[in-house]
Amino acid sequence: MAHGTPRNRSGIAAAGRLILRRLGSALLTLLLVSLVVFTISALLPGDAAEETLGQSATPEAVAALRHQMGLDQPAHLRYVRWLGGMIKGDPGQSLVANMPVGQVIAGRLPNSLTLAGLTAAVAIPLALAIGILSALYRDTGLDRALNLMTLGMVAVPEFLVATIAVLVFSVTLRWLPSITVVREGIGWAEMLRGYAMPVMTLACVTVAQMARMTRAAVIDQLSRPYVEMALLKGLSPSRVVLVHVLPNAVAPIVNAMALSLSYLLGGAVIVETIFNYPGIASLMVNAVTSRDMPLLQACAMIFCTAYLLLMLAADVCAILANPRLRGQ
Amino acid sequence: MTPTVPLREESMAKPASTATSRVRHWLSGLSTSGRVGLALVILWLVLGAAGPLLAPYDVGAFVSPEVFDGLSARHWLGSDYLGRDVLSRLLSGAQYTVGLALVSALLASATGAGLALTATVSPRWVDEVISRFMDTLISIPSKVFALVLVAAFGSSLALLLLIAAATYTPGAFRIARALAINLNQMDYVQVAYARGEGRLYIATAEIMPNMIHPVLADFGLRFVFIVLLLSGLSFLGLGVQPPNADLGSLVRENISGLGDGALAILAPAMAIATLTIGVNLLIDALPGRGRRITRGR
Repeated sequence: MAHGTPRNRSGIAAAGRLILRRLGSALLTLLLVSLVVFTISALLPGDAAEETLGQSATPEAVAALRHQMGLDQPAHLRYVRWLGGMIKGDPGQSLVANMPVGQVIAGRLPNSLTLAGLTAAVAIPLALAIGILSALYRDTGLDRALNLMTLGMVAVPEFLVATIAVLVFSVTLRWLPSITVVREGIGWAEMLRGYAMPVMTLACVTVAQMARMTRAAVIDQLSRPYVEMALLKGLSPSRVVLVHVLPNAVAPIVNAMALSLSYLLGGAVIVETIFNYPGIASLMVNAVTSRDMPLLQACAMIFCTAYLLLMLAADVCAILANPRLRGQ
Repeated sequence: MTPTVPLREESMAKPASTATSRVRHWLSGLSTSGRVGLALVILWLVLGAAGPLLAPYDVGAFVSPEVFDGLSARHWLGSDYLGRDVLSRLLSGAQYTVGLALVSALLASATGAGLALTATVSPRWVDEVISRFMDTLISIPSKVFALVLVAAFGSSLALLLLIAAATYTPGAFRIARALAINLNQMDYVQVAYARGEGRLYIATAEIMPNMIHPVLADFGLRFVFIVLLLSGLSFLGLGVQPPNADLGSLVRENISGLGDGALAILAPAMAIATLTIGVNLLIDALPGRGRRITRGR
């Protein structure tokens, strides 16, 4: 006991250092990602000046606008300026909307976060229930049925789930609206009806992934010697699971949650477009169709940042949970 | 567990087993869901390869006076939003979906495995550079990466193929590298180094044959991801462009029939689902599937 406190403190310091190192590595990755995104989108044959003026513009006019927009500068200078703007929260001017990209995104970001939050609130409890249940009853009919269900859900594209949901709930049953309207001052009931289908579709893909990883994490714990010990001691299986296994499985499960929430990012691209939902992902699809590069770059960076934050959260959970990792 | 043991003894007793008996042996090891998956995969491979030969009508021909017609003897899957034969369009769409995804997945897996082998047997700094670059690419969500590439380069068929391959190469690399690094530490590989074998020999003759099974399973997963990515892009109108149409485009162009539950939209949607679920069932049933494969993107 006497050694407990100092060793604990050094353990916390070591974990802190490890987390800081992960944070640094995430920032470095984000910087490299920005370089990749910028390089790809700057490789374009036509540039923003030609795009703005249209095909009938004289070469002189294009050259003048190019100079005005700073496009005649060397690529590395443009990258530094672009990155600086991105960090200050001013990623330039949207070519199509003709207003600052920051402003366009600020109007959309809360909507996407609401959608993601609601989906997580639905998906996490559901996935936990499915994952733990199929781990407890592993290799039984129930486990096989749940396994088949999640496997099918992983394999089916989001737009298929969305289309079937619209067919069933909007067209046949006429319960839910087929597009989600977001405006000020709508009542709770209306909002829930509007969000039901996008959330359901997104949750479908996320739940499947999360449940499979939760199952793996719980089964991993169930095969440990301490579980056998507890069972041999005569404890009831439900007590073993609730009191012994779950506290130990929390960290791997949270890790699995963070990893699978990243599936939300890809799913949002399809779901927001189908339900005409005014979020970042549908904004990004519009930016691709209209080749609005500044807007596209900013949206891509938001998605990459979100992804890296989720990965970082998963890493931190793994570190905090594993005493061996903490001691390193 | 138990049924596999006598089977193995049997096949060892007859070393000169023919190809058919080997296939039969392999099939008997598959679970029921695995066999269903295998049947679906073979069905779609055949339809993808022979699609246009089987099609009863020309892909672009307007053959029915009715739009969104139901089942009939003349049009097995009804007609689409312009009165074209759905079955013929589905067969042609399957060719694009299966063909594009197959070639891209092959490209992604081969590039990933090739880079992984290079990274494993090369000096440390080469491994560092390749791994860092791949880690960067893997931190870009795949759909987002594909959207940026489509915005920059466009979406002709050849470009879509390359874009899908580029999007899923980093994942393939990560799994292949983990396998190759483990194998590289094995005694028999270390012996080969000590013998003075060249790096190319060690990579291709010592390491590669022993990682081929997990890499093939991963190839199946890449194929599913790419089918989902390409049909998703086509559904958004950013993938295969008219007059060509893959299964995703077919769902998109017939979306106005959704209100009537038209076959024109249900058939291609079900086609994608059976294809991807089939591959997943098959991979899930493969024996000795590596744990880390399930963690891929």
